[in-house]
Amino acid sequence: MVHTGRYGIHDGQKCANCLVCKMADRPVPMAEKRLMDVKLGELMTWASTKDFSPNGIIAAVRRGHDRYYNKYINVKKGGIGGVAMLLTGYVVLSYLWEYDHIKHDRWRKYH
Amino acid sequence: MALNFFDQFMSPTYMGIPLMALALTLPWLLYPTPTTRWLNNRLLTLQSWFINRFTQQLLMPLNVGGHKWALMLTSLMMFLFTINLLGLLPYTFTPTTQLSLNMGLAVPLWLATVIIGMRNQPTAALGHLLPEGTPALLIPVLIIIETISLFIRPLALGVRLTANLTAGHLLIQLIATAVYVLLPMMTTVALLTATVLFLLTLLEVAVAMIQAYVFVLLLSLYLQENV
Repeated sequence: MVHTGRYGIHDGQKCANCLVCKMADRPVPMAEKRLMDVKLGELMTWASTKDFSPNGIIAAVRRGHDRYYNKYINVKKGGIGGVAMLLTGYVVLSYLWEYDHIKHDRWRKYH
Repeated sequence: MALNFFDQFMSPTYMGIPLMALALTLPWLLYPTPTTRWLNNRLLTLQSWFINRFTQQLLMPLNVGGHKWALMLTSLMMFLFTINLLGLLPYTFTPTTQLSLNMGLAVPLWLATVIIGMRNQPTAALGHLLPEGTPALLIPVLIIIETISLFIRPLALGVRLTANLTAGHLLIQLIATAVYVLLPMMTTVALLTATVLFLLTLLEVAVAMIQAYVFVLLLSLYLQENV
């Protein structure tokens, strides 16, 4: 990653003096890793470090909501897409919820 | 097999959570909180405009005592409005088709208006039971009739909402089934029925909004009498 430090603009880990170079390959503790950086084998360990208490779940929902809201709705010229995606997700979720009940309708002769 | 048409009013449970829970919490998710910014995003602007206009319209006939109910009535309206409209999406569940929910909303609110009236101005509240200008002979009969009509109000509020929405959903399902079955056999008839279905869906959208409004309007009227 090109960055600027005490010794000017440089790439990668050329010096040992600017903050980026010093932090470059310090091992990240498992709890702070992002999902995309977790290796498949470490998935269970990573999941066990997450907070599943009610407060933790509420905090996660709030974070997710804030991310979605600030990306799609709280923008200068938001269109119908922000709400439409949410509603489509709701329809899909409802379908999944009801699937066990609806699957009997497929081959039913009389409704 | 005739039971199947009514299955849409069931709330199936998945992993222990009924679908009703999802349907009831979704309206909360759809309305962001207003910020203190001068210019908000479009959804917030639209929402604030609608809520302001509606509250202004609703509170016009009410005196100052009734204005305490502004938050209650407006939030009730937004809730019912959203729930009704969301119920028109495919595969979703409409909580307001359940009589229990509507009675749960109607009875406490109506009772609150009656109790407020009886506490603050008992003479005036009881005076509503006898319209002005009734002939003396009719007075006993009318008192009884007006009392009955007073007690029927919560029932009417709840059942009106339930019946309208349930009937609408059932009709949509019936006509949609008809179109689906007729399509391979008599395509023209199926197309005509599809037109009916389209118009019916538009009606249902209107009904969804109107019923929510009527519920809240009547409540505000009951409040107006009593406050």
